Amino acid sequence: MVLRGKAGSGPRPRARFLLIGPGFAYLVVLLLLPLALLACYTVFQRGRFGGIAYADGVTGENFSRIADSLYAGVLVDSLRIAAITTVLALVLGYPTAYVIARLPRRWRTVALILVVLPFWTNFLIRTHAWIALLSSQGVVNTALTGIGIADRPLELLYTDSAVVVGLLYAHLPLMVLPLYSAIERVDTRLLEASADLGARPARTFWSVTLPLTLPGALTGCVFVFVPSLGNFVVPELLGGGRTVMVGNVIKDQFLTARDWPFGSVLALALVASLVLLLMAQAWARRRLWGR
Amino acid sequence: MIRIHDVTRRFGQVTALDGVSLDIEEGEFFALLGPSGCGKTTLLRVLAGFETPDSGTVSLDGRDLLGVPAHRRPVNLMFQSYALFPHMSVENNIAYGLARERLPRADIRARVAAVLETVGLTAEARRRPHQLSGGQRQRVALARAIVKRPRLLLLDEPLSALDRHARAEMQLELKRLQHEAGITFLVVTHDQEEAMSLADRIAVLDRGRVHQVDTPVELYRHPRGRFVAGFAGANNVFSGRLLPSGGLDVPGVGVLPAPAGDTAGLVAVRPENIRLAAEGANAPLPGTVLDISYFGGSSRIAVTVPGLDRPVLLTVPGPATVTSGARVALSWDPDSAVLIEKTGDTPCPDP
Repeated sequence: MVLRGKAGSGPRPRARFLLIGPGFAYLVVLLLLPLALLACYTVFQRGRFGGIAYADGVTGENFSRIADSLYAGVLVDSLRIAAITTVLALVLGYPTAYVIARLPRRWRTVALILVVLPFWTNFLIRTHAWIALLSSQGVVNTALTGIGIADRPLELLYTDSAVVVGLLYAHLPLMVLPLYSAIERVDTRLLEASADLGARPARTFWSVTLPLTLPGALTGCVFVFVPSLGNFVVPELLGGGRTVMVGNVIKDQFLTARDWPFGSVLALALVASLVLLLMAQAWARRRLWGR
Repeated sequence: MIRIHDVTRRFGQVTALDGVSLDIEEGEFFALLGPSGCGKTTLLRVLAGFETPDSGTVSLDGRDLLGVPAHRRPVNLMFQSYALFPHMSVENNIAYGLARERLPRADIRARVAAVLETVGLTAEARRRPHQLSGGQRQRVALARAIVKRPRLLLLDEPLSALDRHARAEMQLELKRLQHEAGITFLVVTHDQEEAMSLADRIAVLDRGRVHQVDTPVELYRHPRGRFVAGFAGANNVFSGRLLPSGGLDVPGVGVLPAPAGDTAGLVAVRPENIRLAAEGANAPLPGTVLDISYFGGSSRIAVTVPGLDRPVLLTVPGPATVTSGARVALSWDPDSAVLIEKTGDTPCPDP
């Protein structure tokens, strides 16, 4: 008889390797190697037409440029816009997720499919649709002037607000889904116990449901904040040239300014700040909920 | 104090409660006893306010209770799963209900400390529920409910998650607490020993109907109906006709010891009242020992008797003196045979 690990300990080592291998290899090749390459670029000087001038030797000046107030301002703006988007997503997403989680089971599935339905269409096309909605001759302005609420078209497109609207629209489902699963998992007996002990429904929500679903809210916030911060399509299309976010600057460094080393520094700075954020989230989660 | 009148609750095709009426007195320790699915938990949820009956009334101190939302009822429920708030410490769990009454902080702290002392969890006040043992969690759930000093405390299978040792300890604890706090307790259980040892009165429920409401002793001695006789301790039930000269005439078996009467019916005899003798002795019921289970203090013996479709069960103190396969004879005092149900076509003079 062959002795194996204790029952229920999952697949055996070789099987485990086979199961994890393909996905792991994919991530190593397509995520870690490019990141390593970027890290490598940061210490060299730019080539004249893009690329890297390895022959010119190493330098540290790419890093010092990040302290430039221009780039610091962009980073702060990006953080602000991503933060506003995240807060709005939370405020809009929580009630949505709450209602869905309390629907009868089969309606829940329908509602969840509706939530992810926009993902079935191309992201660029959906963002372009917002231009048609928000431009000065767009649907919204035509309606507003038609009804007489506004006497001339409002400046909706190419503003920070338009960028927030676009980012919110793109990432709201990423808030709703983790919140839904957190709310749905709350044991209804805890809500009954709260009522039994004399709490009104509103009190039960604040003292029981909300604290128990905060981990889900935190996950949703990270899911919205991270891609919002790095996004460059939405600020480019809906922000015009006026709203610049970190993602746009990085893209410009590589494609327009042809300064790959500095673009790499910015890209790694973005990755590093997101890693810090995720670590802070994990720490808060352990600290607050002991898991 | 609590008056439950003709309460019916259906879930689709299933009737969970079928015209249940009960009166529970102030300060009483009352048990709802029945197998799972008999409707006892539904009744508890109706009293707590989580379930609305289709018909019937429930009143507390003469005032309607069904129109009062759960969070305003002077009734607390100790959940079978305990339902402790996982994100709160033990003391915050217990303080939760008091904070809802808007009591001053100092009062809350004092009452929480007192109840922690009572249930012996002062040292665990700052722990989270997942850091406690099953028995400790159970005591937190109990403390959280009694600290509110409800008029009526509902307990849903309060001891089912505990091991044998902790159970016995907790039974005594519950009795003591009920006595000290003077709160009316309504406990739901499927365990007849638990109900008998805890309760002043027991209502036996089956399929949404109340079969009998009585003190444990009465329930044990005079079960009404085959269900109660079978559920409240394993009874031997014989079907026959009582004779005016005394005895029960069981077709195909003979005349068994029983009081005099003139009706057809079911007669129950408790296992501990049956005497065992060697074969051939002057006993009415010959049989063969089927098997023996030894419980330490007593032994249970099953005896097959020709003419009866079920073996007769009897208990004897200490280890059994017979072996499996032995031919034996059974007897009992006529007075220990109890008529539990009248059956058949014989018109019986009802009082």
